[in-house]
Amino acid sequence: MSLAKQESAYLEKKIGRKPTSTEFQIVAAEWSEHCSYKSSKKHLKMLPMSGPNVISEKGYDSGVLDVGDGYVVTVHIESHNHPSAVEPFGGAATGVGGVIRDILSTGTRPIAILDGLRFGDIEKDSHARWLFKNAVSGIADYGNCLGIPTIGGEVEFDKCYSDYALVDVAAIGFGKKDRLIKNHANKGDLVVLLGGPTGRDGIGGSQFASDSLESENRSAVQIPDPFIEKLIIEAILEARDEKCINAMKDLGGGGLSCAVSETADSLGIGIELDVNNIHTREFGMRPDEIMISESQERMLIITNNKKLKKLKTICKKFRIQCSVIGTVKADNLMHVKKGSKTLASLPTHLVANAPLLDRPHMVPKYLKQLPLNHPTPKNQNFTNIILKMISSPNIANKNWVYGQYDYEVGIRTVIKPGRNASVLRLDNGKYLAVKIDGNPKQCYIDPRQGAIGCFEEACRNVVCTGATPIGMVDHLQFGNPEDHEIFWTFLESLKGITDFAKDFAIPCVGGKVSFYNETPKGPIKPTPLIGVLGIIEKQPLRPALINSGDFLVIIGETKNEMGGSEYLEYIHGFIGGNCPKVDFKKSKKNMNIVLEIIKKNLAKSVHDCSKGGLAIAISELCMNNRIGCKISLDKVPSKKLKNDELLFSESHSRYLIVVERKNLNKIKKLLSEKNLDHDIIGNFGGTKILFEKNLVNIANLNVEKLRLNWMNSLEEIVVHG
Amino acid sequence: MLGIQIKMVSCHLILITRLPTICVKVGVIVFPGSNCDRDMYHVLRDVFKINTEYFWHEKKLSKNLDAVILPGGFSYGDRLRAGVIAAHSPVISDVKKFASKGIPILGVCNGFQILVESGLLPGVLMKNDSLNFMCEWTNLIVENNKTPFTNKLKLRQKIPIPIANGEGRYYADEKTIKLLKKNNQIVFRYSEIVNGSTFRIAGICNKDGNVVGMMPHPERATEPEINPIDSKPSSLIFESLLNVIGVAH
Repeated sequence: MSLAKQESAYLEKKIGRKPTSTEFQIVAAEWSEHCSYKSSKKHLKMLPMSGPNVISEKGYDSGVLDVGDGYVVTVHIESHNHPSAVEPFGGAATGVGGVIRDILSTGTRPIAILDGLRFGDIEKDSHARWLFKNAVSGIADYGNCLGIPTIGGEVEFDKCYSDYALVDVAAIGFGKKDRLIKNHANKGDLVVLLGGPTGRDGIGGSQFASDSLESENRSAVQIPDPFIEKLIIEAILEARDEKCINAMKDLGGGGLSCAVSETADSLGIGIELDVNNIHTREFGMRPDEIMISESQERMLIITNNKKLKKLKTICKKFRIQCSVIGTVKADNLMHVKKGSKTLASLPTHLVANAPLLDRPHMVPKYLKQLPLNHPTPKNQNFTNIILKMISSPNIANKNWVYGQYDYEVGIRTVIKPGRNASVLRLDNGKYLAVKIDGNPKQCYIDPRQGAIGCFEEACRNVVCTGATPIGMVDHLQFGNPEDHEIFWTFLESLKGITDFAKDFAIPCVGGKVSFYNETPKGPIKPTPLIGVLGIIEKQPLRPALINSGDFLVIIGETKNEMGGSEYLEYIHGFIGGNCPKVDFKKSKKNMNIVLEIIKKNLAKSVHDCSKGGLAIAISELCMNNRIGCKISLDKVPSKKLKNDELLFSESHSRYLIVVERKNLNKIKKLLSEKNLDHDIIGNFGGTKILFEKNLVNIANLNVEKLRLNWMNSLEEIVVHG
Repeated sequence: MLGIQIKMVSCHLILITRLPTICVKVGVIVFPGSNCDRDMYHVLRDVFKINTEYFWHEKKLSKNLDAVILPGGFSYGDRLRAGVIAAHSPVISDVKKFASKGIPILGVCNGFQILVESGLLPGVLMKNDSLNFMCEWTNLIVENNKTPFTNKLKLRQKIPIPIANGEGRYYADEKTIKLLKKNNQIVFRYSEIVNGSTFRIAGICNKDGNVVGMMPHPERATEPEINPIDSKPSSLIFESLLNVIGVAH
C-alpha cells in the first residue's frame, strides 16, 4: 500500500499539505497501475476508438456498439490474474462478476460471457492442474448462477504461466439504445451504494495486482456471491426501466475510492460522502478500509430525492441493501467524512488522474538469441506426431471445460461453443458472432506480428460464421513495465494491434492493460488477447454435416512460418523460427471472399486454420463430422515447403471450405477470378485421414481413434493426472 | 424473436379480431435467482402464443390460471440444497392448492428441484455423479404420455434436449421407485446414463399426473434456430399443455 516517492511529492505539492491517512489510502489505490493505467495511458491513445457504430458516453466502463433497429451491444474484457493465482475458484468467479457489472453499468442486460484461461504445463505440473480445475469451477459457479451463458473462449497451457494463472473474462450485453444510462448528475443529487455489504475482503486488491506475485496475499482476494449479483442485475434493470438512475458505476479495483473519484471526475462534479452510512459486513471497519475494500457485488448510483423512493422499493423487492451515502456537490472535490469529521478532501481530477509515466523501452536481448532455423529431423512418423498433438492439452477438445458452463441459458446461442466463433441471435433478427484469441508463443518470438496474428485469428473465426467484424476489445497482459525490455514488447504489441485495427477499420471499443504478471520464476510471455465482434445481417453459416464426396478447398498461402508453432514447441521443444506474418492486403481479400462464398450459400462449412496448422485443422473437421479425408499436400498453395512445414506451419489468412460437388465449379470460378491463393486439396469419405504428397502417403489416421483421443485426453489429464 | 412485444389484448378482443394470442393463461413463477423465467416466458408467449404472466414468489397466484410453471435457475443461489429455500416461499402454498385441484404444473430444472423439496413430488435431486455442473444435449425417452405435458407425444418417443444442472441426479429409495413404476409416475428417462440418476429417471409426475417435474430444458429446445437436432418433440410438450387447457395450437 504505497505511493512512489515522486508520487507522494506530487500529491503534496498539488494539495499544498501532507495528505491524511485516508487520503493517502484513496490515492494509493487509485494511482495503482491497475486503476490508473499510468504506464500505458499515453500509448493507448494510438488505438482507433471511434467508428460509425461506436456510441461513447461519459463514464462508460464498457464499449457500446449500435447494431441497428434501436438496439445496442455492449462489450468489455477484464482479467483477474493475481487473485486467481492465489485462490483460483474465488479469483476466477469474481473476475466474471466484475466484468458483468461493467456491462450492467451502461444499462444493458449481460447476455454472454467468454473466458480465456492460461496456466502452466498441466501434464507435468500438479499445481497448474489444481489452478485450472478450480478456475473453471469458479467461472461455472458464478456464470451459471447468474443465468448468463458462457459461450466460448480459449484455454492454453505454457510453462511461462507456472505458479500463475491468466483468467480473462469478456462479457457481452444487449439492450435498447434509448434505455442506455446517460450518465449525468446535478448538484444535490444523492449518491447511493447498492448491493452487498462492504467487508474486509479484497483490501488493497488493485495494489496487489500492481506488483509481481510473490506472496499469497489472501486478504486481497475478493469473495464471490453470484446470488447477490443476480439480484443486483434484476434490480438495476428494473430501476433503469423505472428511470431511477441518473448515473451508475460498478465498484471494482480500488473500491469506493475509484468509483467515487472517477464518477465525479467524468461528470465534473464533487461528491461528499459519510462512511457511517455505508453498510458493512463487519463491525469496527476503519474508514480507510471501507474506502479501499474491493468487496464484490456493489454498484454506485446517482439518483435524486424524487427517484429514491422507487429505487428503494425495487431494492426491497429483491432484498438488497441500498444506502444513501452522500450527495453531489458543485465543488469538484471528493469529500469523505465520518459523521462531522472530515477524513479526506481531495480534488477529484487529481485523484482520478495519476501522473502519467513515460517508461523507457528497449529491444529485449532474448530476441536476438532466438534461433531462426528450426530442426527438421529426417523420417519423422507424422501419423504419430499428429496423434500426439491431437491429444496435447492445447489442442485436445475443450468439452471438459465448456461442458461445465451453461452455454444455452438465455436461449440465444445459435452456434454453440467448440467450433470457430460462437453466435448469438439478437432481438432485431441479426446475429452476433464473438471470439477471443491469444497466442503467447508467437507473441514471444515477435510481439508485434504475434499480436496482429491474434487479431486476425479472431477475425477469421468470426468470418467463418458469415459475420463482418464491427468492433474489438483488447486485453494486454505483460510482466513488469518497469523492465525496459518488457515495456518494449508491450509497445510492439500495441502498435501491431493499432496497425491492424486502422487498416481494417475495426474500432477498439474497450480493453484493459494488465502488467506485473510475473512470479519469482520470471515474467509471463507477452499475452495480448483480442476479442472480435461480428454482425451477421441475415443467417449465420451453420456447419452442415460433411458427406462422402464433398470437397475440401483451401484459401490462403502456407508459408515457412513455423515460429511459435505448437509443432515446434510441443513436439521438438524448440522456441524460435519465423513468426507468421499477416499480409494485410491478402488477409482482407481472403476475408471478403469467404464472406461472399457464405452469402452465396456455396459452402457447407468454413473452418479457420490456426493452432497446429493444416494437419490439425483438417483433423478437426474430420473428427467433428466423423468422416475421413484424402488430402494431397502437393496441391496446398505454397513455395517449396518441407512436409512438416506444409502440415504444421501456422500461417495466417487461411480458411478451409467444405464444398458439395454441385458448387465446386462456382467456387473455383469465384476464386480464380479474384486471383487468390487457393486449391482443391482433399476429398471427404471413408474412415481415415490420409495425407499424401506426390501420391506417397505421409500420414494415415483412423478418424474414430483420433476422435476418442481428442475428446477425452483433457479430462484424462485433469481428473487422473 | 426474443423480447418482441406482443400487445396485451383482452381475451374478449381476441375472439373478435382472431389475434393469435390464445385465451388461456399460464403463470410463470419467479423466485429470487430464477434465471430461465424469461426463456420460458418467451417460448410460451412468442412461440406458442399463450397469454403468460410472471408471478413474483411473494405474490398470490391469480385464480384464473390454467397452468403454472416453475422455471429453472438458481433460486436463493442453490444455498443449503437446490430448491430447498424456494420450497418455503409464500407462493408455494398457492401452488399446492392448484396442484390439489388438478391444474397442470410443470417444474423444469430448479423448478423440479423446488417441487421435490416442497413435497409435491417424491424423491430428491442430488449432485451429478461427475460432481460437476453438466451442460450437454441428451435424449429423453417418453415413458408416460398421459400427463398434461406429454399427451401429444408417443410412448418411447425420443426427445433431443439439453440439460444444464449441477444437482440433477434423481434419487429415490427402492420402495419409492417401485411405487413410481406401479403408478406410472415416471414420465421421462434418459436414453443412456447421463448423471447417475436412479433408473435413468429424468422426469416424474405426482400420482394424479398433473404435477410434472423434469431436469432437462424443453424451453431451450422448441425453436429450430437454437436446436441443432430436432425441435419438434420438445414443442410437443407445450402443445400437449395447449391440448389439455382447451385450445388446440
